[in-house]
Amino acid sequence: MNAPTAASTPAIELVGIDKRFGPVHANKNINLSVAKGSIHGIIGENGAGKSTLMSILYGFYHADSGQILVDGKEIRITDSQTAIQAGIGMVHQHFMLVENFSVLENVMLGVEGGPLLKRGVAAVRAELGRIEREYGLEVDPDALIEDLPVGKQQRVEILKALYRGAEVLILDEPTGVLTPAEADHLFRMLAQLKAQGKTVILITHKLREIMAITDTVSVMRRGEMVATRKTSETTMAELAELMVGRRVLLRVEKDEAKPGPVILSVENLTVKDARGVTMVDNVSFQVRAGEIVGIAGVAGNGQSELLEAIAGIRKPASGRILLNGEPVERLDPAKLRKKGLAHVPEDRHHMGLVLAFEEYENAILGYQDDPKYLKGPFLDIDAIRKDAVARIEDYDIRPADPRLKTANFSGGNQQKIVLAREIERDPACLLVGQPTRGVDIGAIEFIHKRLVALRDQGKAILLVSVELDEIRSLSDRILVMFAGTIVGEPAPHAGEQEIGLMMAGIGREAAE
Amino acid sequence: MESLFADLIQIFAATVRLSVPLIFTALAGLYAERSGIFDIGLEGKMLFSAFSAASVATVTGSPWLGLFAAILTGVLLSLVHGFASITQRGNQIISGVAINFIASGLTILLGNAWFGQGGRTPQLANSARFTEITLPFAAEIAPIPFLGPLYSGLISGQNILVYLAFLAVPFTWWVLYRTRFGLRVRAVGENPGAVDTAGISVTWLRYRALICCGILAGFAGTYLSVAQSASFIREMSAGKGYIALAALVFAKWKPLNVLLTCLLFGFLDAASIRLQGTIIPGMGEVPVQLIQALPYILTVVLLAGFIGKAIPPKAGGVPYVKER
Ligand SMILES: Nc1ncnc2c1ncn2[C@@H]1O[C@H](COP(=O)(O)OP(=O)(O)O)[C@@H](O)[C@H]1O
Ligand SMILES: [Mg+2]
Repeated sequence: MNAPTAASTPAIELVGIDKRFGPVHANKNINLSVAKGSIHGIIGENGAGKSTLMSILYGFYHADSGQILVDGKEIRITDSQTAIQAGIGMVHQHFMLVENFSVLENVMLGVEGGPLLKRGVAAVRAELGRIEREYGLEVDPDALIEDLPVGKQQRVEILKALYRGAEVLILDEPTGVLTPAEADHLFRMLAQLKAQGKTVILITHKLREIMAITDTVSVMRRGEMVATRKTSETTMAELAELMVGRRVLLRVEKDEAKPGPVILSVENLTVKDARGVTMVDNVSFQVRAGEIVGIAGVAGNGQSELLEAIAGIRKPASGRILLNGEPVERLDPAKLRKKGLAHVPEDRHHMGLVLAFEEYENAILGYQDDPKYLKGPFLDIDAIRKDAVARIEDYDIRPADPRLKTANFSGGNQQKIVLAREIERDPACLLVGQPTRGVDIGAIEFIHKRLVALRDQGKAILLVSVELDEIRSLSDRILVMFAGTIVGEPAPHAGEQEIGLMMAGIGREAAE
Repeated sequence: MESLFADLIQIFAATVRLSVPLIFTALAGLYAERSGIFDIGLEGKMLFSAFSAASVATVTGSPWLGLFAAILTGVLLSLVHGFASITQRGNQIISGVAINFIASGLTILLGNAWFGQGGRTPQLANSARFTEITLPFAAEIAPIPFLGPLYSGLISGQNILVYLAFLAVPFTWWVLYRTRFGLRVRAVGENPGAVDTAGISVTWLRYRALICCGILAGFAGTYLSVAQSASFIREMSAGKGYIALAALVFAKWKPLNVLLTCLLFGFLDAASIRLQGTIIPGMGEVPVQLIQALPYILTVVLLAGFIGKAIPPKAGGVPYVKER
């Protein structure tokens, strides 16, 4: 782009950054120049290598080759300490907080100001107060992280970076965990930082955010930096195309639902977590054949527990769950599967798959008792592999190798493995949690189409997602959950803002 | 009344003596486990340290040199554990068990080769041991009822390592909650990623925690062979490392609780020795084995969630791997 003159030395310049994780080429010869005092967006599908690139800049990973220039001077960033000293701060996609520490302890970790804590605590407390007032980032310095909602935890991460004197602030997918209102607040704060001459690098896969706040945007695809544009000179459609390398549908095409009889009925369901805290509070709703019911809500408002209770993983404290009119709240997941209730869990790494297994083993997980996979008391490996290969073709799972370790598939392909396994059993009712979390755009489109097709076959689908766009484009009916209860059922074509307010619990006498 | 009180003082004195190795060892485990490294090898470290202390005290005649050798041994074994589990990212349980086997075998082998007494070390003269210290005025206070026996029978007349063990508890608390090192150790056991991204080396921090662990294990071993007894005897740690580990869990990995649980387990041990052969009318002989098993039973009950909840450091047992 523009040649670095004395007046416009970029805050950050990356030259020829290359990084491999074993067989995965995460960053291929990346060049990037970030102007001082700007908000620079980096956009790309999941797995494009955005987090890797930023983590290299922050000293968390080491590049195999390439140079990093800060304010025009090359520095060797060997660890995060060097990056912090160079004025770089980063809010990681997965927060780097000690959960049983207070906010104060988290902020001072690494900058304690001497071998004893006493003096540091006082200094941090005073400085935190100042930063908090300046940016409107109130958090109780003595609160434990584990007691804070995710939105607040993110503030702590930002405070950490600012306390360390960051001049360049990297935020990796910061809005995934926020309500629309919280995201707005974050963006106002970023604008304020920019006004003070600080530089912000914002990573996201949400096009709308890029258009709303950035000055410049760089697009990554499969480990490569494919384009950099001035935000004012590009469009969402162009960026989307650059991201995936072809035109994509941003809407899901579907006809009106033709709801049939009630398949799943939840009546006055209450679920408590291990500590005895009520996570789902007296919730009732129904899902009919041939419709997708979407549950919207900010993560942590009881959706996960609701889903797990229906799937038989968590025992409800009270209430009833009826599948085709039959009470099933006491059944375990295996029995529920036999009754036609399939479940695509929210967390595919921990619940959906055994990552150390080969693909074909995961393809029958939970259905290994099916006679068609058995030869006497033994598994019929040939039959299983043949089935696996058929599904790999049908669902376009790549690489098409049933003997590959599941951990080596990308997020989107792992999700397809789970989805194929559950859908192909022809369930009467499908529970889907976060179907496209960590999944690339191409696969999102595919997964959404499959879900709509399943609906059109007359199946009942209960969808839980924290992606409001996903809920809005897939669901025939939307229920909004907040603090364990269903706070409303907005009209199918309700605006984002209306749903967003419900998700924040506004319109309900709910104190924070 | 008087005699019952004297009895109690005696049991308490035995409790203190039996708790000391548990306190040192549990605190040793605390440093390791709070930093995220599980340490099954405490038993082996204590045993090998006991052997080193006795051997060096035998040869040099100095208990202090024995202590120094024991600390060195504890630290070296800790570094082996660290190399396997931090640097090589191996399985921490296996590495710990291996250390126990090595200690158990090598102490006998070396003992036999050096001293030729079937794995024992020669009897130490009192000058080569840590012997009882009589605190000032013990004789004068002794005749006073209650206070006298308490002071001269329990508080006075212990060896220096006993006093050090009881001092090590508040010291460890202070290190853990009032120093930069302690803050970082607690953090790295919960989320090494947070420590790493704060610009602190996870590896070096965990090694330092393990060195602290080794030093304390050295004290425990020295106490066994050079203070409590006057020689090293094969397998003299006799499962105390495991009991200390149980005490650590029971104490929920907190230093002040460690003192209480170690005293409790020490008391159970003292009581079982004291009650050996005692007949309770109508019930027969006291089942000593049951009392001896109580620490383990209590720990299992605790782990099963009946007495509050014992939540181990979250990153415990997991090597810190950034790149899959
Ligand atoms: N720590 C790691 N070890 C091995 N592979 C990794 C690691 N982190 C990321 N990867 C791989 O590198 C690629 C890029 O990942 P990432 O940078 O997280 O993408 P993005 O942030 O754009 O979604 C992916 O294929 C991912 O599986
Ligand atoms: Mg990422």
